[in-house]
Amino acid sequence: MNSSSNLINALFIFVLAGFIGFEVIRRVSPLLHTPLMSLTNALDAIAVVGAIVLVGEHKSTLSAVFGFIAVVAATSNIVGGFLITDRMLKMFKSSRPAAKPAAKSVGQ
Amino acid sequence: MTGEFAGGQVIIELVYLIASVLFIFSLKWMSSPTTARHGIWAGEIGMLLAICGTLLHHGIVDYRLIAIGLVLGTIIGIPLGRVAMTAVPQRTALSHAFGALCVTLVGSAEFYLRSPDISRFMMAVLSLEVILGGLTVTGSLMAAGKLQEILPQRPLTYKGQNLVNFLLLAGAVVIAVTLVLHPDSRSLFPFMILIALAFGVLLIIPIGGADMPTVISLLNGYAGLSAAAMGFVLDSKLLIIAGALDGSSGLILSIIMSKAMNRSFTNVLFGAFGQVQTSVAAGEEARPVRSATPEEAAAVLSAASRVIVVPGYGMAVAQAQHKVRELYDALTKRGVDVRFAIHPVAGRMPGHMNVLLAEADIPYDRLIEMDEINGDFPQTDVALVIGANDVTNPAARSDASSPIYGMPILDVDKAHTVMVIKRSMNPGFAGIDNPLYYLDNTLMLFGDAKAFVGSIVRELGGGHS
Repeated sequence: MNSSSNLINALFIFVLAGFIGFEVIRRVSPLLHTPLMSLTNALDAIAVVGAIVLVGEHKSTLSAVFGFIAVVAATSNIVGGFLITDRMLKMFKSSRPAAKPAAKSVGQ
Repeated sequence: MTGEFAGGQVIIELVYLIASVLFIFSLKWMSSPTTARHGIWAGEIGMLLAICGTLLHHGIVDYRLIAIGLVLGTIIGIPLGRVAMTAVPQRTALSHAFGALCVTLVGSAEFYLRSPDISRFMMAVLSLEVILGGLTVTGSLMAAGKLQEILPQRPLTYKGQNLVNFLLLAGAVVIAVTLVLHPDSRSLFPFMILIALAFGVLLIIPIGGADMPTVISLLNGYAGLSAAAMGFVLDSKLLIIAGALDGSSGLILSIIMSKAMNRSFTNVLFGAFGQVQTSVAAGEEARPVRSATPEEAAAVLSAASRVIVVPGYGMAVAQAQHKVRELYDALTKRGVDVRFAIHPVAGRMPGHMNVLLAEADIPYDRLIEMDEINGDFPQTDVALVIGANDVTNPAARSDASSPIYGMPILDVDKAHTVMVIKRSMNPGFAGIDNPLYYLDNTLMLFGDAKAFVGSIVRELGGGHS
């Protein structure tokens, strides 16, 4: 299924995505480090797609059982992660009533 | 593969591409509180698209079990999204465990489906996936247990700890190499997982509460990297991207946290933290301290024009954040400029204090990070330390023999008056004496943080208005 060119492609993607991640996350305000972690956690639960395929293809009992538990675990991260991130971000209010978006970036 | 299937596959891949872009935007918008909530929507849409796209996958024959799994996961996820803000660190640790559990299970299932017919490179990546995943599962559960105080918070150390850990990890790597070279030795696979699980437990045993911000970040990074490895195994670009984003996030946070504790990054990577020096009792022989009552504290605060509050984990433990907001309101009403100084490792996870104070409705532009506010302490009338200890310890600047020497601290001692709310003179979590308490400009306010701040607020309210 995986030729070596597929592998090289995958490596390229991994390295480039790592760079993007590094540059994007470096700019996240330290104010928001907690919601950042719960958000990346929810996004990481995209692993659910692998688990869904495992369950759906039902190639063996073991793979279906493992896949099922994996779907449950990942889905709870998606739902819980987005919910709590949203709750946290709603709490962050500015004392300036009509703060212009991106008027101030806190910290570098 | 027929043309029809190939076409379907292309659509799925395009959906994944859109999801990847949305994920990157989601993180990009987290750069500021004003745009952060767009980030959630982008993430949610991306996630929904990816899941729907996956359901189109041509090999799927059984939708019922998938549906049950999704519903069950949602039922578990909703309460996990509704925990109290003070419980966010343990919730986060628990979700790292869940994420890693998913990755480890999928990796194991793939192994049994494919082996022994599996390429060497693939087997190596798969081993990486399940080892990282396995140790993150148990490590995160241990961290969650310590944070929830189900497990003892004190670091547990024993002789040769690092050697034992190293040997265990080496054992897992040896099995991985064997599996790569001899695909027929399938029976070794469960042992590799067991070792990874055991390693996760032992890795967290020596960790104390004060090191949790670093550890949680590190586990976050591990979870991300294992997911990226899973992306290689499944040949899923979306998963590689999401894993790389999560991995770099965890890595950056670990670096920030380790810098804020003056630990080298290698020190963190190898989990050699938590060796807390318990050389207590040395310098605390009845040195005089000045203490003050709530009335006196209120008088000092109302005479001030600039106040900086320094919150720490003790504030969270005492649930004092709402009383602190009342104090903020009372002082602001009197025209006092009140700001909050946030040390990167205050609390039990990155950004912990910000979330607690935001929950108490303190505007986020009053929450100032260490590097930005440190220069302002000399012009500050009162620095009020609530439940923070080591991050204010001037020994970190001056005393080369101190275990925290070199750690960047908040320079509260440079304020005209320092007031420290503390239960007693017991040293903090790290067991290090704090010379701050014996300074001439320091007033100790002994008592429970919540009750004490409450009394100050009553004094302020009763005095005027």
